[in-house]
Amino acid sequence: MSYTIDGWELVIGLEVHAQVTSQAKLFSGAATAFGAAPNSQVSFVDAGMPGMLPVINGECVAQAVRTGLGLNAEIHLWSRFDRKNYFYADLPQGYQISQFAHPIVGKGEVEITLADGTTKTVGITRLHLEQDAGKSLHDQHATKSFIDLNRSGVALMEIVSEPDMRSPEEAGAYLTKLRQIMRYLGTCDGNMDEGSLRADVNVSVRKPGEGFRTRCEVKNVNSIRFVMQAVEAEARRQIEVWESGGTVDQETRLFDTGRGVTRSMRSKEDAHDYRYFPDPDLPPLVFTKDFVDGLKAALPELPDARRARYVAMGLSPYDAHVLTLEKDTAVFFEEVAGGRDAKLAANWVTGDYFAALNRLKRDVSDSPVSARHLGRLLDLIADGTISGKIAKDVFEIMLEADEDPASIVESRGLKQVKDTGAIEAAADAVLAANADKVAEFRSGKDKLFGFFVGQVMKAMQGKGNPALVNEVLKAKLQG
Amino acid sequence: MSLDAETVKRVARLARLRVEENEIPGLQAELNGILGWVEQLGAVDTEGVEPLAGGNPGGASLPWREDRVTGGGVVEKVLANAPDREGDYFGVPKVVE
Amino acid sequence: MLTELTIVGALKALESGETNAVELAEAHLRAIEALNPRLNAYVTLHAERTLDAARESDARKERGALEGIPLGLKDLFCTEGVRTTAGSKILGDFVPPYESTVTAKLKAAGAVSLGKLNLDEFAMGSTNSSSAHGPTINPWSPGNRKLVPGGSSGASAAAVAARLAPGTMATDTGGSIRQPAAFCGVAGIKPTYGRVSRWGIIAYASSLDQAGPMARTVEDCAILLREMAGHDAKDSTSADVPVPDFAAACGRSVKGMRIGVPAEYRLEGLSPEIARVWDQGLEWLKEAGAQIVPISLPHTKHALATYYIVAPAEASSNLARYDGVRYGLRVAGQGDGLNDLYERSRAAGFGAEVRRRILIGTYVLSAGYYEAYYLKAQKLRALIRRDFEQAWESCDAILTPATPTAAFALDDQPSDPVTMYLNDVFTVTANLAGIPGISVPAGLSAEGLPLGLQILGRPFEEETLFAAGAALERAANFSAKPGMVA
Repeated sequence: MSYTIDGWELVIGLEVHAQVTSQAKLFSGAATAFGAAPNSQVSFVDAGMPGMLPVINGECVAQAVRTGLGLNAEIHLWSRFDRKNYFYADLPQGYQISQFAHPIVGKGEVEITLADGTTKTVGITRLHLEQDAGKSLHDQHATKSFIDLNRSGVALMEIVSEPDMRSPEEAGAYLTKLRQIMRYLGTCDGNMDEGSLRADVNVSVRKPGEGFRTRCEVKNVNSIRFVMQAVEAEARRQIEVWESGGTVDQETRLFDTGRGVTRSMRSKEDAHDYRYFPDPDLPPLVFTKDFVDGLKAALPELPDARRARYVAMGLSPYDAHVLTLEKDTAVFFEEVAGGRDAKLAANWVTGDYFAALNRLKRDVSDSPVSARHLGRLLDLIADGTISGKIAKDVFEIMLEADEDPASIVESRGLKQVKDTGAIEAAADAVLAANADKVAEFRSGKDKLFGFFVGQVMKAMQGKGNPALVNEVLKAKLQG
Repeated sequence: MSLDAETVKRVARLARLRVEENEIPGLQAELNGILGWVEQLGAVDTEGVEPLAGGNPGGASLPWREDRVTGGGVVEKVLANAPDREGDYFGVPKVVE
Repeated sequence: MLTELTIVGALKALESGETNAVELAEAHLRAIEALNPRLNAYVTLHAERTLDAARESDARKERGALEGIPLGLKDLFCTEGVRTTAGSKILGDFVPPYESTVTAKLKAAGAVSLGKLNLDEFAMGSTNSSSAHGPTINPWSPGNRKLVPGGSSGASAAAVAARLAPGTMATDTGGSIRQPAAFCGVAGIKPTYGRVSRWGIIAYASSLDQAGPMARTVEDCAILLREMAGHDAKDSTSADVPVPDFAAACGRSVKGMRIGVPAEYRLEGLSPEIARVWDQGLEWLKEAGAQIVPISLPHTKHALATYYIVAPAEASSNLARYDGVRYGLRVAGQGDGLNDLYERSRAAGFGAEVRRRILIGTYVLSAGYYEAYYLKAQKLRALIRRDFEQAWESCDAILTPATPTAAFALDDQPSDPVTMYLNDVFTVTANLAGIPGISVPAGLSAEGLPLGLQILGRPFEEETLFAAGAALERAANFSAKPGMVA
């Protein structure tokens, strides 16, 4: 059933601003690192000094092309930079260099996966390169704002979607997917806390079957959760307006994360007229198909392809999805699974390993256990050195110091006992101590077999080889 | 197309140029004089002509720079001409969003 | 008189030890001291800095191509540690923390800067009277009449004519080198767009701006251009083409060269004196062996209107950075918000002509008008370039007047901007098409004022201009000097 609120359908499109992963800025040689001292990563170009000129960073071009390829999009071999003119304290040139009329990447599409396992295709309208602005700090002084231009000129990719999403969940899944693709490609680190990924959310509502109604743009939403909340809050606001007989005005709004509502951002009087025109400092951006093909050939495997491969390896679609969400996780999983039972590896990674990460508040990139050691643990299970149960204990010990599981098993004497004599002695003791239960078993209460197994294992501190324990008990009880 | 006083004010505001009320009629006349003159272009047949944006004769394409940090790290020089320096920031009247 | 030396002459005198860089600089500084109060050519002087540079030059073992040559710089070139104003109040006492590519190259070649030269504010004008530093006066001004030196590089031309520098750096967006060169009786060349780096030159209209030299001889211009030109990775529009030995081209014969004469440049109301000099120029070139061919540049008549859309549009954007936040003038009242600060600073900082062009440029780019004005102008620009491309099929260079009149009086300036803009009628097409153009003094008017001829050429064929320009120069044998120098 499609998602509606009080009988209203939602129409959602996203404009995502993704910071290009690069050493230097889009048009200057200043650094892009996050968190530097104010105005320390500012060249004379970034400060809009008189006579300064932009020169494009080729790696930013390559990153945009890679991203376009990852979005299955048309790559334009000829594109152009335009100036978007407006005044703002943190916009030093008085214009932003962007690509308005001729973007580097055209139409594409991505497939999103929803919680119920269904998938949906979201259209990409375009991707273009542009400069970021600086930062205004409003809380440092009673009557002044402070301007830091470190971000000024950092390369951004603006990725515009078609209005193809119909629910907050779809919007969240889309942003998640974009982030995932770019992280796989290494074209954007997707770090939303540091502002590497921001979204402008376009929302309108309509009655099913209608054409589009007026949309509003909720600016600068900086987490996937907030995108979903903003969509819902804005949709509810518009529904209320329509239902009370009003009309929705096209406008730019802000999402108040504290109160969970959107509010109008600019008065109409300030309506912008950006006066786009081709930047005369920059001839057209032109490259060859060979350049694109070279980048294409060197692209890493993308999440969709990886997921399909995992399913072919025998994993459930769900496990395959979870393991490919983050590239780091997939790489970790593949090292664990290498040359081993993929399904067992998937169970361990998505099970005990993820649980441990959650508990320890760590992530794969600073994993408490190396993939190599986790793989060795699986080997110890596979060759019967330890049981699955003991393995869980060994894993807990591994979490403390990422020790080799073989040496843990050795030093703590956790090796499985395969000596029938020892098992028989333990079994005899258990049976002797539970003569009443033995009698019940023999009179037909088969279920008690498990009890005896448990008792023997307990007596052997879990180290008994489960198959041998079974065998010995079976022989003794039937004998 | 002839500019009215309101348009002159709107354009001045877009350009962030303060224009006093008594300057409007003079500006309006000057701008209309210039625009009236350039409107001669409207009569030229430009059907099928590709607009020419850049200055380079014979066309040119964008040269690329390497992705290497070669600038920045010059806080003092960046701030040296600032009319209002606040620590290592530029100061402006408080912007209320 | 050391100030009478051409660059070629000065280089010889320096090499032979007849003089040295300090003497040359001192002679020019003395001349400046004497005449500058009347001319208002230099707006920033730094005698100590100049003499230090001259002393360093004299001490240098490795001699540069311009070793010890004193030069004046249009105050549009950013100079590290030296105030740079663009002739505007908006820049306040801006001191660039960087040196423009052109001036850095000249310095590296051993040239010594005498100071910064006046100009029309942000290079917008044809009279050098829109400067915040007040007008520069043409040294050819007779008696009490004050003539304009042309513009925007009026002071660059005036300084050369008045022997306050043997050569100067200037820029040309619609004729700003060639028109003042003609008004002041000196030579000046606007090279092909992309020939000289724009990095560090304060932008007026980026797709039209190009720096070039001014000097008293064509050969001096050639020597200066060779040092200024060359590919610069910091300017994305800089052309990666070899720089030839322009000076060598000055001695080249024009025999067999086809000189185009555009029918459309014989404007109605063209002054008979100008027409006479033009015909004379054609005659001289013919005598030197060139062949004169009639050509047509049919879209020339729309060039000025095209220019007055393209240039203000780019300027309105280029000048947005002057907002009182990071440098330059800030005017703010108590309790003013950011927009008040912008509006007050920019209204106080920009002069009338700059404000006018910003408003026109803002308007022609604004929503609903872009196609009718800006896009249309770009199409005209394409047609104007095509006119030239077709002309090159039948000629190698084009000879035209440089200006429609000789220098006029400061107080005779037309008050109507459109009439004023007509000054650039012969020069502006070269900027729109990106081609090179040189202005060479060719004679005197009845009033005794210099008249100039312009030669236009194919992209990156400045050598043809130097060859033809030098031929004209030899034939004209222009030796007149401004009254206040002679």
